[in-house]
Parts: sequence; structure tokens; C-alpha cells
Amino acid sequence: MKIVVPIENETEDSNINPSLGRAPYYLLYDTETEAAEIIANTSKDSPSGAGVAAAQLMIDAGAEVLLTPRCGDRAYAALKGAGIKIMLLPSGTAKSGIAAYLEGGLSELDTVVKGHHGAH
Amino acid sequence: MRVAVLSGKGGTGKTMVSVNLAAVSRSAVYVDCDVEEPNGHLYFKPDGVVRETVTVLVPRADPERCDGCLECVRFCRFHALSYSLDRLMVFDDVCHSCGGCSVVCPREAISEHERGIGTVDTGRSGDVVVHTGTMDIGEAIGLPIIGRLLEKASAEDDDVFIDCPPGSSCMAMESIKDADFCILVSEPTVFGAHNLGMVAELARVFGKPVGAVLNKVIEGEEDPSERFCIENGIPILARIPFDLELGRLCSEATIASWADTGYERMFRDLLERITEAVG
Repeated sequence: MKIVVPIENETEDSNINPSLGRAPYYLLYDTETEAAEIIANTSKDSPSGAGVAAAQLMIDAGAEVLLTPRCGDRAYAALKGAGIKIMLLPSGTAKSGIAAYLEGGLSELDTVVKGHHGAH
Repeated sequence: MRVAVLSGKGGTGKTMVSVNLAAVSRSAVYVDCDVEEPNGHLYFKPDGVVRETVTVLVPRADPERCDGCLECVRFCRFHALSYSLDRLMVFDDVCHSCGGCSVVCPREAISEHERGIGTVDTGRSGDVVVHTGTMDIGEAIGLPIIGRLLEKASAEDDDVFIDCPPGSSCMAMESIKDADFCILVSEPTVFGAHNLGMVAELARVFGKPVGAVLNKVIEGEEDPSERFCIENGIPILARIPFDLELGRLCSEATIASWADTGYERMFRDLLERITEAVG
């Protein structure tokens, strides 16, 4: 199973990033191999649809679970459409979040924030 | 002539200025491009209003043909498309209707469909033709409505006064792109002067001649907007006083220059200066 987490820095012990679409990196952790991979977010500065692009990146990376403090409505729709589980991880490091998830300590994200796309 | 009325921030008096300029012209076209909250019609109360719907094209994929190659998803720079499991999802409100996805699709799986995003109302108030653009609630992109408004206005021979959206966003750019002259309305605050600078820069980028209308002017008091105009060589076309009576008339959606000969003279003078500047 692959777990993805938006992170602040290009390191495996990085803190999570509060924005799903604008996070600079994602940590992709494979529970079978216990290998962690860092993926750069090429759409972090996109003028629109960064959340949708992030969702596509996670889908293409084969993620099955996302740990995130928040999620926009469009990214939510795209991720759910791909059957990806979205869990609430309010703060801390990606590693501690993954450990908490594997121990069953996280709950599903139940509030979706309205996307930021607007007049520009 | 086509005169665009701009301001960096809301509430400076764009609508008051553009409505009154159209009102003192012998015959004119007033175009409300502030499609997020058009209010010029409240002043003109136009008769015989005819409404048309403005639509844009959005893509839909035929699941029988789409094989999930992701060409369209990668092409869309607005990220309006995603592909999950076995189907293409389209986020209509992010789509800019460029049609590129249907062009790049190797399987011709994408077709385009019309979607309503707002309306254009056209009516008449005395000798003024009033065009009002309104974006539907929840929509994010008003450009096609502004495009349609200006297309309708260009069909008329009379002078056109374009009431622009506030700020210097792409909606303001769309509103001024065919204008002969830009009026920058400002108020005597530091915030007002800062945002005046933004629209002055926008007009400069577009190569438009400009003139400022200083609104809410209090005699003898420091006006940061006036200072900005002097320092940057922007001609000041009018100074509208901070006037309780004018404020009252506007708050009642009364056209001041139709209600009072003093205000009529003030806006006629402004119109004359603009006409001279346009040449």
C-alpha cells in the first residue's frame, strides 16, 4: 500500500505542509517495501487547478491513502473518483503521521474546503 | 469614442462617474462590465430590457473512446481535467474553454458542450443604451460576458462609457483593451493612491492615454492620490468634492446630473475635457 503526504522540505523527516495543492513536495511511502520516495510538486505555482494537478500526480503515483490537514473540493472529487482514502493529519511530521495511520490513530477527512479559484 | 472608467479599489466612484458621463452625453452607450456586481442599471432603470445568455464551451469525454492516455490532462495548463480509474473528470469552473483538450486527444473522444455562465441585459434609459453583464453565482470567469458586452457596444456609433470591474485583474484588462481613453477614479487615501498606481500601470502597459478623476476631495486636506498624479504626470481631469448631497443622491440610485444642474455642469465639464484629450 502506498501512502502520500504533502510535505514542507525535501527530506524524509519533513513536517507536513498545510496545503495539498501548493505543497512543494510529497512523500510517497510504500508499506510493503518500507521505502520512501520524495516527489516534487511541479504544479505548486500553477495559477489555477493546483489541487486537481496534485490529485492527478497522486493517482499517477499509485497512492491509495492520502494524509493531509485539508483538501479542496476539486481535489477531493478527483481523489475520491480514483478510490483514494483521505485521512485527516492536522500537524507533525509525515513519518509520525504515517505511523499514526498504520496504528489506526487517524480518522477520515470529513470537511472539504472550497477551492481558491476565483477572479484573477 | 470609447472611454473606460477604472479604479484600483472598489467604492471610489467608478459607477457614479461612468453613469453620469453617459447621462450628460447627447446619446451614449453605458456598458457595465463589473459583472460580479453590476449596479449601473440601478441608476438608469432601463426599459424594454432584452436578456441573452452567455455560454462557454466545456469538454466532455466519451468513455467508449477515451483510453486514459492523459494527453488532455497534461495539456490543460489550468488543470481543469483529471483522470481517475476509468474516467475523465472535468472541473467546469476552472476550464477556460480553449478547446485544446479536444485538439490534442488522439482518439477524438472529447466533444464540446455549451454551458451558461451569465447574462447580458440590454435596455434603454432616455437616450442611453444600457448593457449590463451579470455573472451567475458561483462562476469564476467573467471574461466571456465582458467580451459579449463589448461586442454589442461596438455595434453602436454613439460614445461608449465602460464601467470596469475594480482592480487590475484580467477582467479589467478585457474591459479596457479597445478603449480610446482610460479614466482613473481615485479617493484621497493612501490605499486609494496605491491602487491608483496599479491601474495607472495597467493603462500604461496597454498604451492607453489616461486622466484622473479625484473623488471625495476635501479642500485643504492632503490627497495622496493627487500627489501620485502630479509625481507621475497624470493629468487631473476633475475634482469631485466630498459632498453629502452627492452621496445622498447616489445612495438613492439617482443620477446626480439629471437631478441637479450643478452636478450636470460638473460632469459636462469632465466630458468636455475627455473629448479634448481623446482629440
